[in-house]
Formats: sequence, structure tokens, C-alpha cells
Amino acid sequence: MQFQKLRDFISNKFFVIPEASSSPERYKALRRNITILMLFVTIIPLALMATINYYQYKNSLQSEVINPLRILTNKTKLSFELFLEERISTLKFITSAYSYEELNDENIINDILIVLKKEFDGFIDIGLIDDKGIQISYAGPYSLEEKDYSNQPWFHKVILDGDHISNVFLGYRKFPHVAIAVQSYSDDSCCWMLRATIDTKKYNELIAAMQLEPLSDAFLVNNEGILQTRSRLFGNELEPCPIEIPVGGGETNIIEATDNEGNEIFIAYSHFVDTDYTLVVVKPSSLILKTWFTFRTEIFFIFVGSVLIIMIIVFKLTDIQVNRIRQAEEKHELAFRELEHSQKLSSIGRLAAGVAHEINNPLAIINQKAGLLQDILTSGSGSSNSERLLKVTQSIVQSVDRCSVITHRLLGFARRMDVEYEELDINEVINDVFGFLDQLALHRNIKIERKLDDSLPKISSDRGQLQQVFLNILSNAYAAVDEGGSVCVESYPKGEENICIAIKDDGKGMSKEEMSRIFEPFFTTKIGYGTGLGLPITYGIVNKLGGKISVDSEEGIGSTFTICLPLKSKSIKIENNE
Amino acid sequence: MSVKLLILDDEKDFVESLAERLSLRDFKVKTAFNGEDALKIMEENEFDVIILDVQMPGMDGIEALKRIKETNQLAHVLMLTGHATVQTAIDGMKQGAYDYLMKPIETKELINKLMEAYSLVEEQKERIRKAEIDNIMKNKGW
Repeated sequence: MQFQKLRDFISNKFFVIPEASSSPERYKALRRNITILMLFVTIIPLALMATINYYQYKNSLQSEVINPLRILTNKTKLSFELFLEERISTLKFITSAYSYEELNDENIINDILIVLKKEFDGFIDIGLIDDKGIQISYAGPYSLEEKDYSNQPWFHKVILDGDHISNVFLGYRKFPHVAIAVQSYSDDSCCWMLRATIDTKKYNELIAAMQLEPLSDAFLVNNEGILQTRSRLFGNELEPCPIEIPVGGGETNIIEATDNEGNEIFIAYSHFVDTDYTLVVVKPSSLILKTWFTFRTEIFFIFVGSVLIIMIIVFKLTDIQVNRIRQAEEKHELAFRELEHSQKLSSIGRLAAGVAHEINNPLAIINQKAGLLQDILTSGSGSSNSERLLKVTQSIVQSVDRCSVITHRLLGFARRMDVEYEELDINEVINDVFGFLDQLALHRNIKIERKLDDSLPKISSDRGQLQQVFLNILSNAYAAVDEGGSVCVESYPKGEENICIAIKDDGKGMSKEEMSRIFEPFFTTKIGYGTGLGLPITYGIVNKLGGKISVDSEEGIGSTFTICLPLKSKSIKIENNE
Repeated sequence: MSVKLLILDDEKDFVESLAERLSLRDFKVKTAFNGEDALKIMEENEFDVIILDVQMPGMDGIEALKRIKETNQLAHVLMLTGHATVQTAIDGMKQGAYDYLMKPIETKELINKLMEAYSLVEEQKERIRKAEIDNIMKNKGW
């Protein structure tokens, strides 16, 4: 149901153009709808494709760029862990290899430190701490013998866990270092431990080994969020790290965040298993996604460019299409109107002929009866009564005559006359007709202007019928102009196959409504004396001769009748209007 | 010598008044309202001119014309048509009609044409008489 409704809505909205609306609006609506529809079906898939491409590319690019970061982070974390593990193992080895007493010997512990420094990076000092937390033996650059560590939290942690790696601290020495401590594993004594400090230089080396780009950063941070190594972005050791690293998750994780300056960054972090360190690698997304940005720009420009091209094409195409439709419709409408008009004329003509024919017979009887009455009255004795009757019969005969003129013209209008073609000079025909009308023109003081083109070729047509045509139109023109008006006749060639004759008067003209009806039988403005058949007959004749007659008129300014005739007669079949 | 005339038309009123008017003008008029009647009347009478309506129910004008021409009458035929098809008139004239008239007819024109036709018939009759006389003269044998 919903679907049906939607379909109806769309088809109503887009494909049904209201017929009643006036043409320009109709075509505007059509143009708008086609444009919208075309843009819709072209731009939507394009946009869809661009969006899908965008996200897919983004995803694949991210995984491609981020995975190395993850691997790097993980590897570095493992290096750190290995490094620390190594140190603890070393200490554990020492506690196993040497007894409490041996380590308490200053010489031995110094020897051990020398070996440690030689063989392992980062060892600074080493000390033996008894079960009360007192450092009883020490080898290293500082004099830390007899130092009490029993209050330190790491001391208790070592007792609990067996070993411990401290956070980075400055301690008494005022440079960052890490303390590692292991509990003794010898059988006899349980509670002594070996403590060594390591320079964090090694940490920095490990981070440097990551070979990060200049804008990237990597550092260690402890669970309290205190930097353990120097961060390029967030400050020195032991300063709090401004970014919050999520707790938990043994794997290397990557999150997106923004730094203090609002730049987008990727943060890769990995928690250490044994210590509360977290390795953090920070990379600006701009760096990672540089290619991505180029791609995004490219895709944007391609999309915008395509849309522009599509729009230009759509608008152009729609314009062409709509204009074509418009022309076709106009042509169709014109042809239809012409057909309608000629059909109307022909059916009216047929009707008129039928009526005229039927009326003719009774008219003949009336005529005969009246004539008979006249004859009787003339031959009889002339009483005063019979004279009156004679007058009456005369007026009957006159009326019948008038009727018969009408019926004859009607029949003439419908009659299928055979056209007798001959080669004739159209100007000669026009001059002949003017000859018939000279008296009338003179009488009414009408100015006649003849602009006849002498170079016109002869045409093949019917002289008698052309004379009737010009006679009809010229009489109308004479009737239309006031006394002293002017009538202009012009003949000129039109194209290679037609000649035209324009008859122009400066008479009273016609309204549009009149103009559209003048070729209809019985339409007349000469109320009382016009039959309304002159122009229909003219129209019929011109049509029959293969020509065209048109009229152009403006009220108060005058009318122009233009008759175009073919040079060579095309035999046109005219309906048999009996 | 008055003109002997036959009017053949299906419009009774028309025929009668026309006949009366022409009688008043010293024509000897007989009337018929259909082709068969006309042919019957023609068997008994001789006419100078026959006025014939083109359109009639039953035997139409052209048909009647043919039948009339088949008889021995010298009479000329005037076609009467209420129907301005020149073609019908031309057809009729090709079949031997003398002329045609369109309804409603002017009495003057009708009489003119009648007289024309009559004079032609008279001329013809005259020639026939002459020929007969010549023939008699040749054969009289002196």
C-alpha cells in the first residue's frame, strides 16, 4: 500500500503535467520535473558511490597505516619487557650465585658492579639490603651504606612478590633512574634482597630505536599517569601526562583523540604485563592519513566536477528535449486546428448545401405560384384590389429571388466545380478584376494602390475562379474602407514554388473573434445584405486551387488578406460536397 | 402555332402552376409526374419541348431522358435541376438534352430557352418537310 502510494505520488508529481495550465508554465513545469528527475538519477548514485568509496578507502587506509603502528608499539613494549626481565634475571642470578656474606664483602660487590656495568647496560649501582630494610653493603658512585629503606613501599612489595621494578624517580641522586630489587633465593636466609638502580638512558635508547617521524612521540607512563621517559609533546620525566590512557587490555590498542592544540592524533598504547608501565605512541593523524587527505581532496574534486558536468548536460539536454516537445506539440496543435477548421467548414458546407437543396424545391413552387398570381392579375381587369395584390405578389417574387440568390451561392459554395487549368498571369487577372470595380472605386473615392511584381512567372490555375476570389476579397475591402480610404494590392513571389497576393485595406478591421470565423458560412458583419458566403466560397476555391488564404486584421487599423498560390497546380482532391 | 410542351416533374404543385402560367402564355402544356406517365403520354402526343426534372423518385431524369430519346420524338429536352451540379447537366446534355435550367427558374429565361428550343425543333421539322417535298418531287416522275 505504502509503495503504491509513493508510486502514485511520484508519477503525479513528476509525470502528469496539468493540461489546463497555460503553455509556458506547463513547459516550465515539464522542464523542472525532467531536470529534477535526471539530476536525481545521476547524482544520487554518484554520491552514493563516492561515499562508499570514501569510507572503504578510509577503512583500508587506516588498517594499513595503523597496523604497523600497532606492531611497532607491541615490539617496543616487548623490547622494554625483555630489557627489564634481563636485569631482574641478572640480579636473581647474583642472589643465587653469591651468599649473603659474600655480597656483604665490599670487594666482591664492587667486582660484581664492575662486571655488571661492563656486560649490561644501564647499571649504576648495586646494594644489599637486609631484612630490616637497611642497606648493609653498597657498590656505586654514592655512599648509601646504612640507608634505611624499610619505609619504602617497594621494600614491602619485594617481600610479597619476590621482585620489583620501580617507577622512574629522581631519588637522592637528582637524575631519573629506576630501581629494581629481587629477594634472595638462597636457602638459609630468607629476607635479604639485592637492589640495583638503572639509568633510564636505556629507555630513551629503546624509544629512539622505534625511529619515529619528527612529529610523532613515544613515551612510557605509569598507572598514575606520570611520565616515565621524556615526551616530546607532553614534557619531561615525572611530569603528569595530560592525556588519559585507558586502563586494562593486555593487547596493543589504538584510540583516536585530540591533543591540547586540537589536532587529531592516534594514540597506540600497550600495558606492560609485570610492571605498571604503559608504552604510549602518539602520531598525528595528519601524518598517518596524509595520503588519505590527498585522496579525499581528489574524490571531492572529482565529485564536484562530475556533478557540474552532469548538471550542464542535464540542463542542456532538458532544454533541447523540452523545446523539441514544445515544437512538436505546437506543430501538432496547429495541424489539428487547421484540420478541425477545414472539417468544420466542409461539414457546414455540406449542411448548407443540403438545406439549400431542400429549400430550392418549395422556393420554386412559391415562385411559380406567385408568378401565376401575377399573370392572372395582369390579364384580369385592373381593379384597385388587384393592383394591391400585384404589388404583394411582386414583393413575394422579389423575396424569392433573394432566397434563390442565397441558395445558389450556397450550392456554389458546396459545388464541386471542375477546375480548368491554364497558364495565366496573375497580375492580369487582378487588373481584370479591378476593371469590374473601377466604377465603385471612383464613386466612393477609394485610392487604389497596385504594387504588382511584373517579373512574376505565369502560374497554372483557373482564371474564372481566381477572378471570383479577387472579386470577393476586393468587394469586401471596398466595403470595409470609408470614403476616401485606400486599398493596396501587392503581388510578390514566395519561395520558388509560390506567389502571393496581399490585399490590404485601411478599413475598420476585425476583432480576433470575427477573424477566426470569417471563413465560416453565414458569418457576416454586413447585417441585412450579406449572405456570409463570399469568404467561405473564396476559401474553398483557393483551397481547391492548391493555395492558401490567410487573414491578418486589427480593429480600426485594417485587414490584410494574403493568398498564396502554387506556380504549378497540384491536383488536390476536394471532398465531394453534394 | 403554339408550342407543344410536356413538363415532367415529381413536384405536383410546381408542375401545375408552371403549366398554368405557360398556358396563359399560349403554350400547349401537358404534365406528367413520373417517367412512366410521361412515356405513355408521349405515345399519344407529339411535343416540341420537354421540360424534365433531373431528380425524381423512381425513374430519374437521366433515365427518362434516355427513354425519351429512344422514342421517335423530335422534341428537345430542357433539363430542370434543383441541384446545381453542372456535372448532372453535362451528363444530360451528353445524352442529347438541349440545355438545362436551375431551380428556381426565372420565367423569362425559361420562356427564352423554350422558344430557342422550339425554333430549333421547327427548323428541324422544316428541313424534314423540305426533304419530304424534295422526295415527292423527285419521285413524282415527270
